[in-house]
Amino acid sequence: MRKQINYTYFYREEFKMARDFDNLDTFPKILRDNALTFKGKPSIREKEYGVWQVITWGDFYNKALVLAKGFHSSGLKRGDKLAIIGDNRPNLYISIAAAQILGAVPVPCYQDSVADEIQYILDHAEVKIAVVENQEQVDKLLEIKDRLPILKNIFYADPRGLEQYNEKEIFSLDVLLNNEQAISLDLDEEINKTSKDDISIMLYTSGTTGRPKGVLLSYNNIISLSSVACEIENTSPDDEVVAYLPMAWVGDNIFCVAQSYIAGFCINCPESRETLTIDMREIGPTYYFAPPRVWEAMLTQLMVRMQDASQVKLWVFNFFMRIAKKWGNLILDKKRVPITARILYGLGYFFIYGPLKNNLGLTRVRMAYTAGEAMGPDTFLFYRSLGINLKVLYGQTEATVFVSLHRDGDVDPNTVGPAFPGVDIKISNGEVFYKGPGVFKGYYKNEEATKETIDKEGWVKTGDAGVIDNNGHLKIIDRAKDVGKLNSGKMFAPKYIENKLKFCGIIKEAVAFGDNKDYVTCFVNIDLEAVASWAERNNVAYSGYIDLAGQPAIYDLISKEIDKVNKDLSQDPELYDSQIKRFLILHKELDADDGELTRTNKVRRSLISDRYGELVNAFYNNKDHCFIETEVTFEDGKKGSISADLKIQDMNVYDLKDKVA
Amino acid sequence: MSINDKNTATKSDMLMNIKDISLSFGGLKALLNVNLQINKGEILAIIGPNGAGKSSMLNVISGIYVPQEGTVEWKGKLRKKIAPHDIARMGIARTFQNIALFRGMSALENILTGRNILMKRNLFLEMFYMGMGRRQEEEHRKKAEEIIDYLEIQAIRKTPVSRLPYGLQKRVELGRALALEPELLLLDEPMAGMNVEEKEDMCRFVLDVNEQFGTTIVLIEHDMGVVMDISDRVVVLDYGIKIAEGTPDEVRSEQKVIDAYLGVG
Repeated sequence: MRKQINYTYFYREEFKMARDFDNLDTFPKILRDNALTFKGKPSIREKEYGVWQVITWGDFYNKALVLAKGFHSSGLKRGDKLAIIGDNRPNLYISIAAAQILGAVPVPCYQDSVADEIQYILDHAEVKIAVVENQEQVDKLLEIKDRLPILKNIFYADPRGLEQYNEKEIFSLDVLLNNEQAISLDLDEEINKTSKDDISIMLYTSGTTGRPKGVLLSYNNIISLSSVACEIENTSPDDEVVAYLPMAWVGDNIFCVAQSYIAGFCINCPESRETLTIDMREIGPTYYFAPPRVWEAMLTQLMVRMQDASQVKLWVFNFFMRIAKKWGNLILDKKRVPITARILYGLGYFFIYGPLKNNLGLTRVRMAYTAGEAMGPDTFLFYRSLGINLKVLYGQTEATVFVSLHRDGDVDPNTVGPAFPGVDIKISNGEVFYKGPGVFKGYYKNEEATKETIDKEGWVKTGDAGVIDNNGHLKIIDRAKDVGKLNSGKMFAPKYIENKLKFCGIIKEAVAFGDNKDYVTCFVNIDLEAVASWAERNNVAYSGYIDLAGQPAIYDLISKEIDKVNKDLSQDPELYDSQIKRFLILHKELDADDGELTRTNKVRRSLISDRYGELVNAFYNNKDHCFIETEVTFEDGKKGSISADLKIQDMNVYDLKDKVA
Repeated sequence: MSINDKNTATKSDMLMNIKDISLSFGGLKALLNVNLQINKGEILAIIGPNGAGKSSMLNVISGIYVPQEGTVEWKGKLRKKIAPHDIARMGIARTFQNIALFRGMSALENILTGRNILMKRNLFLEMFYMGMGRRQEEEHRKKAEEIIDYLEIQAIRKTPVSRLPYGLQKRVELGRALALEPELLLLDEPMAGMNVEEKEDMCRFVLDVNEQFGTTIVLIEHDMGVVMDISDRVVVLDYGIKIAEGTPDEVRSEQKVIDAYLGVG
């Protein structure tokens, strides 16, 4: 691994000479330059038909030019909008580049949104052309086409199943790519016309509250921050990243697209969602980004699989994991450690950590980030102790991602790191505000919301409650509007409690209640994989999710975890009153299709408390069970309903530690 | 699929014409004076209660059983008793009611076996992986990969099939049948034992195969919802006798069919 870093430095000299971001101030200009600088280097790989197919920077640029001509002849002009809907595919990335060449604004949408959600965005953004991945997305668009008068053409990347469609507005992207028609448009001139204050991309925020809002980001926003990020991490043309997070999410546009434009590294598109782990192992990315959910799922899966290992293996695993826990993080931070620890860690690396990282496809990872939600300190330190340089990043779409970021050698699992270079952070009334070069240009067609978010001095409201600790690290507690008060007058920070619960591994999701109430209660979603494995080992028979969730044995299991959390909370005088008095296990998983989670899997608190109002009332009416019937939406949009009689369990509450002692 | 191309010119739409056949095993009459035409490009479902003779019918179509009476014409030409490998050469592929894959082999290898009949042999060239041997290998692998992509089983490409769940094994079996590039595809209960989601997937694949490659499909299925949704024509057998034939709607309202399924009241 060390060798690799030296190699990076070697490349760095070359790369610095080639880059001058005062002149290369828009993506089309950078792309044109990349086609010369990195001509034969891969820019995008996609695994298709079992083989990694490479598109070089030269090809990427040429294809983008051809597509730009095609889009131009189908009527896409400067300032028009082009929607992108689908999984991460090279042709979709090239379409974004082509739209930008023409001065049009790409609008990526979440590929698993239902038709109505997409309709709202396409209507609001006045999208003229949509480029989609496959039949599934075409079907969605055809369903809502009549309500979108501005939408002219739909292009698809994968023709499978679409031969029989004879709607006149749908075409294959191949038609454009193979059609080298001459048009009276000087694309070189078009590229020169783009300027740094043009809108580079419009991203709809998933909208924890209300309708999604279109965030406008300029080239200057993205390039100024991304180039600094590349600088901090020494990103080189030899890095590899696997693009698997939704294209509509700001992270994919910054970590994959923008940084690969700037540093010249290669984006790898997995074959399908199911093959991600296999593809990861084949590529061995050096740069890996995942929300806490993914890291946690990976760890849970690993631990579940280790339970099935033989006693000897399990013993060796546990022994070396203890070594890693004690010394791994210090070694990663280049602190002084005794030589015996180094030797043991080295052995552990040979027997356990190395093979483990290889299995997860993380062997070559040089920089790894997580963001979006809080991550359990145990999970976080687990990865760091294996020698994976995992760091937390705090950001927002409105900030072009970067607000704060951990630096090498200064990582604290409980914080989100110090402010990003060039970004100022202030705390006012407990809420976090920031200011910097990444501050967005406004919400599309929503002056009011823009004014509410950015104040006159340029400070942007994050809506998160946080504090800055003694080391200058920012610490996020909860959403500012979610922080409430218990009747005792003490602060109630639901997210803080929920995260504590979620860190145990068997609880997938939790929703805590307590604002204006006497005590705290919560809903729990079990993690099916982890709990099912536990059930198997302990001879608990069940028929499905609902059955498993209602088993007394599972209630006991969960109540043990809640007990731990209560003990923990009881030691903090501020949070002593937030101990969980009653809980129940929900009969269904909270789901984005039912609107209970956002597309980025954040809990929609108010909707849940409305929807499950009966259950919340039961909590505070001292009932010990409650019947509930809920409507559910299946993946194909059909509706159904499930019902269950849920048991409510009471918990022990601990005294404040001071009192005990 | 160039076999007998000349003959098809005369009878363009009919792939197989089964005239007045009877099949019996000793005293047991499995099929009695059944007439059946299979048209090019259609999805034909054969339904009926247990023991109605559906599988026997499929075996007659594929040529495994030769009926004692009556004739079978394949593309307008009388078909006699033929060997199994010749059946495959004719462009007929099938899947089985109980999965019949090579359990120790990977999904990819299983699919490649379906192309056995299309491979030309040259031991020397294949041993040294050169010339035609190499080109062939690449070409067949490419075709197999296309099928894998088509059936969305990329993630299990290299997994031994014995380790796969039932629904995926069925999909691999379909893949192997497709690898033959058949003109006529026989599916014996393709959705048996599947959950709703797996069934929906399978339906989509069957319809896609029919639409995209123009493959004629004959299937036996017990799930009436599936049959009514995807087939162009339905044939109903009961005790070896054809009691109804027509579009799903016609068959559904036929009194004889209702009687056969629900008993005469």
